[in-house]
Amino acid sequence: MSVLRPDLEIISHWIRPATRVLDLGCGDGTLLRHLQDTRQVTGYGLEIDPDNVVRSLQAGIQVIQMDVDQGLTPFADQSFDYVILTQALQVVRYPEQLLQEMLRVGREGIVTFPNFGHWRCRLQVAWKGRMPVSETLPEAWYNTPNIHLCTVRDFETLCRDQGYRTHSRQVVDSRHHGSWFMHFAPNLLGEIALYSLTGMKGTPPR
Amino acid sequence: MPPLDPPEPLTQTSPFPSDSVGLVAPQRMAFDIPLELEGGKRLDAYDLVYETYGTLNADRSNAILVCHALSGDHHAAGYHRPEDRKPGWWDVCIGPGKPFDTRKFFVVSLNNLGGCKGSTGPTSTNPATGKAYGPDFPIVTVGDWVNSQRRLGERLGIRQWAAVAGGSLGGMQVMQWSIHHSECVRHALVIAATPKLSAQNIAFNEVARQAILSDPDFHDGRYDEYGVVPRRGLMLARMLGHITYLSEDAMRERFGRELREGRIQFGFDVEFQVESYLRHQGTSFVDRFDANTYLLMTKALDYFDPAQEFGGNLAQAFATSQSQFLVVSFTSDWRFSSARSREIVNALMEVRKPVCYADIRSTQGHDDFLMPNPDYLHVLQAYMQRVAVEIGA
Repeated sequence: MSVLRPDLEIISHWIRPATRVLDLGCGDGTLLRHLQDTRQVTGYGLEIDPDNVVRSLQAGIQVIQMDVDQGLTPFADQSFDYVILTQALQVVRYPEQLLQEMLRVGREGIVTFPNFGHWRCRLQVAWKGRMPVSETLPEAWYNTPNIHLCTVRDFETLCRDQGYRTHSRQVVDSRHHGSWFMHFAPNLLGEIALYSLTGMKGTPPR
Repeated sequence: MPPLDPPEPLTQTSPFPSDSVGLVAPQRMAFDIPLELEGGKRLDAYDLVYETYGTLNADRSNAILVCHALSGDHHAAGYHRPEDRKPGWWDVCIGPGKPFDTRKFFVVSLNNLGGCKGSTGPTSTNPATGKAYGPDFPIVTVGDWVNSQRRLGERLGIRQWAAVAGGSLGGMQVMQWSIHHSECVRHALVIAATPKLSAQNIAFNEVARQAILSDPDFHDGRYDEYGVVPRRGLMLARMLGHITYLSEDAMRERFGRELREGRIQFGFDVEFQVESYLRHQGTSFVDRFDANTYLLMTKALDYFDPAQEFGGNLAQAFATSQSQFLVVSFTSDWRFSSARSREIVNALMEVRKPVCYADIRSTQGHDDFLMPNPDYLHVLQAYMQRVAVEIGA
C-alpha cells in the first residue's frame, strides 16, 4: 500500500464521507480511489491524457476522458458535493471561468496550486532576473505547461472579486509539510496552496 | 441451409499465432418457442448459429456476449480452417492475453436473426412455403435481437453476462441490453455507437437500400427464385458503406490520388486506386452477403432509438439500469462521432451511473473499433481486468 501524497491526504480530510466528488484532471486516479476507499465517495474523474485514462481504469475509478478546458457543460448545477482541481489551475486555459464552473457544479470547490509568491521564486526573479524554476515548478519558461501561474495573494484577490468564500486554506512546502511560519506568511513561505471554496450562493455540504 | 463443417483436428504445430483461439467451429441452437417481434409479426421457430471461445466457469459468471455490427456474424475470433488467412472479425480483442482474455472469460458470439451466415434469415427456408423467406422475412429490430440473445444465454445456462460488448450496431444491442435487461448485464461495453441514427446516417442507409431495390435483378427480393443476385445494387451499397467507415485522412493515406496505370486514361474504368479498392470491397461483399439481409440490417439501425419510449430522454432510459458502463469512441470516426458517444456518457452521468469513457485518438474512422490501435486495446484490457477481478476470474 503506497503512501498518499500529503496534499491529497490534506484534501481527503476535508471531504465528508458518502459524498459525490468530481475530480478535474484526476491523473492516475489515486485521489479518487483513496476517497472511494476511505470516504466511500462516488463520482467521476475527468482526464485528458490517454495513459492516465488507462491508469485510472486500473485504479478502479470511473474515469471520463474529456478536456476541462471545454468547460463542465455536461454537469448540472450543484450536482456534486465537491469539485476538486489539484495542481492544475495553472495549466488550464481559463482559470477564472473554470473556478466559476466548479462552483456552479459543486457545492464546494477544492483547489490546489503552486504558489508563485514563494520566496525562492521571488529571489530568482529579483536577483537572477530569471523565470523561477523549482521543485514544484521544474520546467523552463519555454516548455512549461503552466500558463497561468499565480501567488496566494493573487488567488485570494480573484476569490474576493468573484465573491467566493474560503472555508479552509493551507499552505505546505514541496514535501507537502506545513509549519507555524507558513501559517503566518503563506504567500512568502508556502510552496503549494490548498483552498476549499464556496460560491456566493453555495453552501458547503452538510 | 448449408451444413456447418466440423473443424479439422488440431495438429501438433499450430499454424496460428499463439494469442489466437485457434481453430473454432460454429454451433447451432434451435428454438421452438415463438418469438414475438416488435414489428407485430412472429417467428414460430428459428435457429441461432454461434461460436464460443474459452471455458464457462463453474458458477457461470465469466461469460461475455459479443454483438456484431451491420455485416458481421458469429465468427468473431480464430479460424475455421487451417488454411484460412483471415481470423474472425474481432480477433484483435478475443484470445489468450487479449482484452477478452479467453483464459479467464467464456466468450459467446452469435449471428443475429435475419442474418445470412446460418441463423434464421431471408436465405432460410420458410416452413410455411417450403421456399426461402426472401423478402417475406419479417423486419427485426435491435430489441428483437436482444430478446433472441437472451434465450440463447438462458439455454447456455448464463443468468448474468460478465459483460456484453459490441461496436457500432453491436454497441446499440449492448445499450438495449443495459436498458431493458440490465439485471443480466454486469458490464456494458458500448463502442463506436450512437444513441440513435442522425438524418445523415439514415440518408446513407437509404441510398444503400435504393441501390439494392432498384437493381433490375432484385425482383422485389425474390431474386433467388429467378436464379440471380442483385449484384450491382449490393455492391453499390457496400461501396457507399465503406466510404462512411473510413476517415478522409485514412483514405488519403491509403490511396491519395494514386493512379493504377500511372496516368489518366480519360475513361470510366477504374483509374484511381480508391476506385479499385471500393470496387474490390463491393464485389467481394456480393459473394458473401445477402441483399435482403443487408436491407433488414440497415432498417434495424434506422429504427433504433431507445430513448423514444422515455419521452426522448436518454438519461431516463438509463435511469433504472443496474449495469456498469464503458463507452469508447474514436476521434476520426465521422459516421458515429465522439459527440454521439458523449451523449450516451452524459446521459449516464446525469442519472449517476457507473461509467468510464475513452475517446481514442485514431486515424482510420469508424472501422477503428476493429483495428489493433494500442490505446484502444489498453483501455479495453484495463477495463476487462477490472471485470475479471470483480467476478474472481
